[in-house]
Amino acid sequence: MSSDLEQLYQQIILDHAKTRHGEGLQDAPAGAAAGESHQLNPTCGDEITLRAVLGGETLEGVSWEGQGCSISMASASVLTDLMAGMPRNEALSLVENFREVMRSRGTVEADEEVLGDAAAFSGVSRYPARVKCAMLAWVALEEAVLAAQ
Amino acid sequence: MPVVSTPETLKPAAGPIDNAEVLRIRNDFPILDQHVNGRPLVYLDSGATSQNPLSVIEAEQEFYEQRNSAVHRGAHTLAVAATDVFEDARTAITGFVNAAPDEIVWTSNATEALNLLTYSFSNASAGRGGAAARRFTLGEGDEIVVTEMEHHANLIPWQELAARTGATLRWIPVDDAGALRLDEAEQIIGPRTKVLSFTHASNVLGTINPVSELVTMARLHGALVVLDACQSVPHLPVDVKALDVDFAAFSGHKMLGPTGIGVLYGKSELLNALPPFLTGGSMITTVTMDKAEYLPAPQRFEAGTQRISQAMALGTAANYLQETGMDRIHAWEMELGQRLVSGLEAIEGIHVVGPPSGVERIGLAAFDVAGVHSHDVGQFLDDKGIAVRVGHHCAQPLHRRLGLVSTTRASTYLYNTTDDVDAFLDAVAGVRPFFGVK
Repeated sequence: MSSDLEQLYQQIILDHAKTRHGEGLQDAPAGAAAGESHQLNPTCGDEITLRAVLGGETLEGVSWEGQGCSISMASASVLTDLMAGMPRNEALSLVENFREVMRSRGTVEADEEVLGDAAAFSGVSRYPARVKCAMLAWVALEEAVLAAQ
Repeated sequence: MPVVSTPETLKPAAGPIDNAEVLRIRNDFPILDQHVNGRPLVYLDSGATSQNPLSVIEAEQEFYEQRNSAVHRGAHTLAVAATDVFEDARTAITGFVNAAPDEIVWTSNATEALNLLTYSFSNASAGRGGAAARRFTLGEGDEIVVTEMEHHANLIPWQELAARTGATLRWIPVDDAGALRLDEAEQIIGPRTKVLSFTHASNVLGTINPVSELVTMARLHGALVVLDACQSVPHLPVDVKALDVDFAAFSGHKMLGPTGIGVLYGKSELLNALPPFLTGGSMITTVTMDKAEYLPAPQRFEAGTQRISQAMALGTAANYLQETGMDRIHAWEMELGQRLVSGLEAIEGIHVVGPPSGVERIGLAAFDVAGVHSHDVGQFLDDKGIAVRVGHHCAQPLHRRLGLVSTTRASTYLYNTTDDVDAFLDAVAGVRPFFGVK
């Protein structure tokens, strides 16, 4: 098995693609601010609907439903674990950080301290055709958080 | 370095194509002789874009080195030479599909050809073209019929035409084995049908549609027939006169030609009655400040400076195919198609869409891998140097009908060996184990 392919499909990605955290849209508790975003990748038909629930300045919960490749589904799952309970602004800057790594064509090393399990997606940045897959849930989260009221 | 084939290697005895001949053919295609991700390239995406033989690449280069000039205007020697090669290319296409020279209109691709046609119908519906164009007019109460297996290029232009004219769009459904429901077609095609447009061969299912039966149904009600020939003209002998369709569209880049060139075929009598779509230079006879008179077909549909080198290269590609023999190419690809399907059917968790093995199909197969998204399948295969298409292949409604979002498609051409198919099948067998799917 070539190491390139294993670098792309790290075990953590394959695991999250199969056991997806946060899958299934959750209703926001009464009175909580919630935002939703639907993202579609027209080239492959991958799509996600993601809901963010905020309590004050804290991103309290993320839930989503969608369909797509292992990269896009695992990315949504990892994001759910990573973001829940995070301050709103920290979550938004994490999206920016992840985007920078993804768009770097392999030139920006992911900081595991910051990105946690999401650092496993570093290999994706060397496959420009797949960056959109990895970014799908992150773009949805960004939009959902900004839309939350 | 690849060796340029002499005409002798292109003209073997009348026997069927075999792997030995394919290996000689491959010498004409320099791009195939390379490694991708450390493995020899196995190119199985010709249904999307085919590769070019050296003669086609050299034709374009030769044009720019020696003849580059505008066609149908200018009195100088280069302009005459450019016009000659441009029209020679048209002649090559007329021979290739059995049309007359005024029946071949250059477009940038099949998509543009179908849009040209639908916008010309629109113009007729708006009263342009006068009484002669009345047969192309559409309005409320009229129906346009397509099929559920159409590529978006032969669906959306008709949706838009219907929306512009008030006509109704109807479609012939597909059965579970990927064949058109001809029983339904007989009900759907009726006195209100003005146009029937369908694909000759499906880019997803591989199905070859029964053209003559559908043409008969359309003729019964006086409907025009449009054929999307994108997946047939490159791969099997197509005689537009024998098929008796009114219009047909195909793309150059799917038949060993360059991108940026395609063809709209239309019966002479119809094209000459059809109002133009794009207007401007080179398509007129007399112009005043108020109005213009148009040239006969095909020039009336070729406004502006044309794609000369591309047309010339496409003519070269058609000659290459004809010299190899379209019946022989078709037979070889049918063999590869059956090898693909029976091989895929033998792999656990693979579901091939379209006709099962043993049933006629063109040399391609699209399939679903249980538990693995097509994008991941394509990535896995690319890692092994195997190029396939993934996604919905511009046929979302068909995928929805099949209960799928996307599929993986392997499509062959005259330069693929049985080893290519076997390498692909071996790799596909490794997909589900790699992704840990049982």
